[in-house]
Amino acid sequence: MSPEILNLLLKSFWETCYMVAASAILATLVGMPLGIILTVTSKGHIWENKSINAILGAIVNATRSTPFIILMVAIIPLTRIIVGSSIGTTAAIVPLTISAAPFIARIIESSLLEIDPGVIEASQSMGASPMQIILKVLLPEAMHSIVLGVTLAIISLIGYSAMAGALGGGGLGDLAIRYGYQRFRMDIMIATVVILIAQVQIVQSLGNYISSKLNKNKM
Amino acid sequence: MIELQNVEKTYHSKHGNVQALKKTNLKISAGEIFGVIGLSGAGKSTLIRCINMLELPTGGKVIVDGKELTAMKNSQLRKARQNIGMIFQHFNLLACRTVYDNIAFPLEIQGMDKNMIKQRVEPLLDLVGLKDRKNHYPAQLSGGQKQRVGIARALASNPKILLCDEATSALDPQTTKSILELLKDINKRLNLTIVLITHQMQVVKEICDRVAVIEDGVIIEEGTMFDLFTNPQTPTTKEFISSINNVELPEIIKNAPMSKEYLEGSRPLVRLSFIGDSAGAPLISTLIKKYDVDVNIIYGNIDSIKEIPYGTLLIEINGDREHIKTAINYLHERKLKIEVIGYVS
Repeated sequence: MSPEILNLLLKSFWETCYMVAASAILATLVGMPLGIILTVTSKGHIWENKSINAILGAIVNATRSTPFIILMVAIIPLTRIIVGSSIGTTAAIVPLTISAAPFIARIIESSLLEIDPGVIEASQSMGASPMQIILKVLLPEAMHSIVLGVTLAIISLIGYSAMAGALGGGGLGDLAIRYGYQRFRMDIMIATVVILIAQVQIVQSLGNYISSKLNKNKM
Repeated sequence: MIELQNVEKTYHSKHGNVQALKKTNLKISAGEIFGVIGLSGAGKSTLIRCINMLELPTGGKVIVDGKELTAMKNSQLRKARQNIGMIFQHFNLLACRTVYDNIAFPLEIQGMDKNMIKQRVEPLLDLVGLKDRKNHYPAQLSGGQKQRVGIARALASNPKILLCDEATSALDPQTTKSILELLKDINKRLNLTIVLITHQMQVVKEICDRVAVIEDGVIIEEGTMFDLFTNPQTPTTKEFISSINNVELPEIIKNAPMSKEYLEGSRPLVRLSFIGDSAGAPLISTLIKKYDVDVNIIYGNIDSIKEIPYGTLLIEINGDREHIKTAINYLHERKLKIEVIGYVS
């Protein structure tokens, strides 16, 4: 493999890492509060509110049901406002974040809903405020499960980031399509796929490790 | 210390309204251990949760320590709850916190600083006997140890009242005993008012001063443990009491032909209940000496209710009719609780 190709691989690798990391962080920052609000406004929870829950739930579902490739094109104007351009790696972060945030919101919601209502009741009996319950009970108790969920989201972001090539987003997926598929470069195809597999493996193992460190439910 | 005035709770659902608690009045004094016993679904959970307003009553007043909780705003209510500790059937500990941090939790909520928290938590670890477990996580503890953490956590903010929601129902008999001992101990030591709900008569018998029996959202009977035990008024109460008071007749007697009325030559089967001091009287020998009857002891048992001895004796009296009659009269005069079960021929 020539040095140019290696450079290309390396550059694409970093692009993927950049897109995935940035959008994962941003999506978590957006998805976390959404997930928390979805949880606490649900029926019988500490801030039960039917209308907020229904509206938020509908928005989340709508975003989640839009195929990524369509979402990406549909929000080009928004991307242009935020990033200043609709093409390039940074521009790809906007649709990636918007598609991952509701996913993360649902993942966090389901993790938080798993917390035993008895524990929440106990905290209330000690005089904890709803905010204290969120910060000191719900989030810490669910953290190990949230970590696994975010890991899942990161892995699907790695997959989506390949599609971001359509916006000139770059990354390994883009490289595989342009060189491996369109120019019949089997070696590049194999190299990118191997790197992607390794990336997913590492992310999953890291997620599992952190989650098991946080999980105190086992002996 | 705790007063419920006409407290009611109705749940609304699609399938109609459920009145979990009907107009309930209750007074519990300071330092008392008060038990509420009832079958599942009787409303005891709702009742105990109305005391700290985890369930908001749909009517009536809840007054705790002179303050009306039902008139408070949320923030005031949270403050008031720090005065009321609570422990639960399933412990409800925070799984990701150590024993120490679980006990520290209510103090953290109050915004107490780390050193102060340490000063409160350390003695509590001693009190519940978990000093060597302070860095363990709940998953590493046995049920009894978890409940001890629950108790320490409930006591952390120095409450005047402790509510126990089926606190021993998930524990084995031995552990139940040790938890009840601990509750009795802290009741005495800290002059803590304890309210407990349970479906286990054994628990009530062991530690309660006064008891209320609840059925279908209504308190059907209320009194000192002793009155309730020796003189139950309602069928439900009798049922509960029979669960610990061995009223089951021995097989031999049960299968023997027995009549309700005296027949020539039959022998009455009598159950005597001794309470307190009378448990010490030389009753049987008096019976034999003075009334010229034979007494055959079939079954005997001595137990205690809240440290007062309470005995049951099942005897068969043999003799001629007149002697038996006077003997039974004598027993009645002794202010014993006696019951003629039947006549064995």
